[in-house]
Amino acid sequence: MPDLLLLSIFAPLAAALLLLVPAPLAVRKFIAGVGFVIPALIALYLWSQFNPTGGASYHFVSRYDTGLKDTLGITLYLGLNGIALPLFVLAGVVGLAAGLYAIQSKAERLPLYLGLLLIMQAGLMGVFASMDVFFFYFFHELALIPTFIMVGVWGGRDRGYAAMKLTIYLTLGAMLSLIGLIAIYQQSGAETFDLLALRQEVAHGSLAAGNQKTIFGLLMVGFGILVSLFPFHTWAPLGYGAAPSSAAMLHAGVLKKFGLYGLIQIALPLLPEGVGHWVGWLALLAVGGNVLYIGFVTIAQRDLKQMIGYSSVMHMGYAFLGIAAYNTTGLGGVVLMMVAHGLSVALLFLLSTSVYHRTQTFDMDDMGGLAQKAPVLAAFFVTATMASIGLPGLANFWGELAIFVGAWKFSAAYTTLAVSGVIISAVYGLRSVARVFFGPVTPAFAKVSAEKAPTDLAWGEKIPALLLLVALLAIGFWPKSLSTPVDTAITATFRK
Amino acid sequence: MTIDQLQAAAANNLWAAITPEITLGVLALLLLVLEMLLPKARHVVIPTCAIAGQLGILAALAFNFTATPYLDRDTFNGLLHHSRDGQYLRAFFLVSSILVSILGVVALAKQKMPRVEFFHIVLVVTAAMMLLAQSANFVLLFVALETITVGFYILVSYTRSNPLSLEAGLKYLVLGALSSAILLFGIVLLYGVAGNPNSLGSTASPMSYAGVRQFLEANPGNFLASVGIVFVLAGIAFKIGAVPFQIWIPDVYQGAPTPVTAFLAVASKAAGFAVLIGLLPVFHSYAGLVTVVLSIMAGATILFGNLAALTQHNVKRLLGLSGISHAGYLLMGVVAAQTVPQAVGAIYFYLFAYLLASFAVFAVMTHVAGANDAEQDLDHYTDFAKKHPYLAGVLAVGLGSLAGIPPLAGFMGKLMVFIAAFKAGLYPLLAIAIVGVVLSIYYYFGWIKAAFFSTWRPPLASGETEPAEIAATPIGFSAGLALGVLAAGSVVFGFFQGPIAAWLLAR
Repeated sequence: MPDLLLLSIFAPLAAALLLLVPAPLAVRKFIAGVGFVIPALIALYLWSQFNPTGGASYHFVSRYDTGLKDTLGITLYLGLNGIALPLFVLAGVVGLAAGLYAIQSKAERLPLYLGLLLIMQAGLMGVFASMDVFFFYFFHELALIPTFIMVGVWGGRDRGYAAMKLTIYLTLGAMLSLIGLIAIYQQSGAETFDLLALRQEVAHGSLAAGNQKTIFGLLMVGFGILVSLFPFHTWAPLGYGAAPSSAAMLHAGVLKKFGLYGLIQIALPLLPEGVGHWVGWLALLAVGGNVLYIGFVTIAQRDLKQMIGYSSVMHMGYAFLGIAAYNTTGLGGVVLMMVAHGLSVALLFLLSTSVYHRTQTFDMDDMGGLAQKAPVLAAFFVTATMASIGLPGLANFWGELAIFVGAWKFSAAYTTLAVSGVIISAVYGLRSVARVFFGPVTPAFAKVSAEKAPTDLAWGEKIPALLLLVALLAIGFWPKSLSTPVDTAITATFRK
Repeated sequence: MTIDQLQAAAANNLWAAITPEITLGVLALLLLVLEMLLPKARHVVIPTCAIAGQLGILAALAFNFTATPYLDRDTFNGLLHHSRDGQYLRAFFLVSSILVSILGVVALAKQKMPRVEFFHIVLVVTAAMMLLAQSANFVLLFVALETITVGFYILVSYTRSNPLSLEAGLKYLVLGALSSAILLFGIVLLYGVAGNPNSLGSTASPMSYAGVRQFLEANPGNFLASVGIVFVLAGIAFKIGAVPFQIWIPDVYQGAPTPVTAFLAVASKAAGFAVLIGLLPVFHSYAGLVTVVLSIMAGATILFGNLAALTQHNVKRLLGLSGISHAGYLLMGVVAAQTVPQAVGAIYFYLFAYLLASFAVFAVMTHVAGANDAEQDLDHYTDFAKKHPYLAGVLAVGLGSLAGIPPLAGFMGKLMVFIAAFKAGLYPLLAIAIVGVVLSIYYYFGWIKAAFFSTWRPPLASGETEPAEIAATPIGFSAGLALGVLAAGSVVFGFFQGPIAAWLLAR
């Protein structure tokens, strides 16, 4: 039973390897589908087996030696606690949706595309299942490399440039965080990457406050680059704008949460004295940069996909604010919001590609009136936008609400500014809906639809979209399913 | 010396201890004999004999890896010291030479050149490298190093019809001779001060590592000894291509036949590091001096290698310059090794991962190279992934591993070296190393980009013709197998370092 976590990582990898074997396309599609379904099922099954009130402790623990146990203190140590569980489920669900969407797509060299996506999926499952800091990092990078190739080969406009920029930025972020993690490993005196052992060691006060400050600074910037913290965000809209839809779904939806997860699960508990030194900067960058500045930049976007990319950068500002608040309400809100945002942004990227297939453009000025031709698509898109804005009844609302409540105790001024960001979200969200789906049909769109009449969402697109939408609604109406394990884990980790 | 002493000395010449080296030498001679005996049409079997023979030696070595009775013993009156690291390096150099031989078969088929001598020299050079890695005496060090260098003079200019290869050979000859002279000068200085009966703690055996070590321990801060140490380090820095002695690398790497470039990049560099690591305990009492010299070199080497590689379009030069940066990371490990014993294991694992990745890339290059081996450009890799998916896959794995991207073995090597450097407190060097890694992404991934992403090409102007397509050589059985093993090795050792890492790091 504990081996299910290992299986969730290796099933997609095995499927990716199997795709190398020459076989008819239908068979390969089936293999890939199995590779995506297994981790999703495992994630849901483990969620059902998880004892929500015992979220503080790790469940389903297993440990494997890869040869570095005695010399470097690295083991493949898998397990889920209340913070990891929601993200693990998120990775499974979004991965399944992205995989299904990719299978029905007409991408060139589809088997290679699916193979890379499967490797990415394996990395994502591994990130959130790892209790070993080293493997946590390792799996993140495993997921990153396919992103580079997918953006470069199957991407849209400027793909070569976007792929290089994305990779260089993310490598810089990853290297900085790696050095920060090595610093924890070394200076705590624990000489192990085992997260629990590190927590115990640090609880004895083995990390001096000065060291904690430096290390937290390294991790904040390193992880910050990975989560597109202002001003290190420029890779994100460009990269997502160019990325093929499934890669964008997985990266923006799940992989990007790696940095936030690292801050909450590793940096905050291990470096309590380093946090206080940096929260001022973090809050300033998050609210002033990510929420307000990027918010206005988002309003000015004409390209639908870039707009979603910018909006995702903006939403990360709320998450950073919740981290800066550094209390259980705020941090719990961040975890909830990570899940909700992951679902909603993945859904938006999926739908925007479906829009593109019908309008042949991402330029919103050349769109209009699509709702008449594709009402179901419009309905999905409107709902996803509402979720992204934070309408009650959808998952994002609870996360943002908890963050704002938590942040109020930290700083009323920042919270007020951040709340006004919701209005910015509403402006660009509703405007994009209006420009794409309603209003008069533009001449450009009329020309495209005259050549090939746009159809409504096909089942291949509907199923992954429904999957994400149902998850959004389920958490929106029943947030307790996730918030109980999260809260117990956060309360236990951050006993203050 | 009395007859008894001579007899005792002779009794210590345990020839069985260097069976692998002797067998390699015999194999090398056998190849020449076969060339004379066999009719010309049958000469194709000679490379096969060379490869099979080396595989046999490797198997025998693996079989006796820890069972050899000479482990942790001196033989030949202290000329050689047999250690587990020595066993590891023997295997390392053998694997390199097997791969060079396989690549040699592919590359030589494209040239009108005598074949057999190539394999002969590779085998002799390998035997010398194996001796070098186990030497415990400056005389043997120098003789073995010269054997290697002289062999490389010939190998580098092997395609003698190509002016670039000749130029490379000449440059390697002149600068190699200079570096040998510097090294020898350093050795002589050490010999002079250590053997001078008037100096404090003088030793009767001023050429042996142990004798010099003893003398240095008794004389901290001796000026002549310090100069000697710096010269010895400089001489070795030439071989590994560390700044400021890196100037020969791009031209020589470009001009040399691709298999030889691979041999230089991997085995020759590893030999340099083996010597350096062997000398660390000798210079231990001058650790302050060694640290300063090597740290400056390491930092400058990392930055120079990466910056210079950024603008390269010739892939052989690119690999040469990026190889300089790898020497820099390894030098950082050497600095750390003075205080953190585990760093030695980290360096050896790094070299192992570097071998897997470099040979994967060089093997692909050998297949892509046209008749003019020196001109291999990034442009030749346009649409590479579509035309040659297998080669492109191997190339991507190799480059990714060189760039140090998980889950590939190269990352584990870097991680181990970084951890060792962190333990040794080399924070400024680590900062430089991070900058270096991020820079390296640009050119390594630029290459992957050239091979995988379809690029836009300007329409041809009037009078222009489509550039000649370079078709990759069809992949033969042994080369294909080698490519597959190298790529798989980089992936497998990225996930599972297993007993190798545990064995190397446990010290």
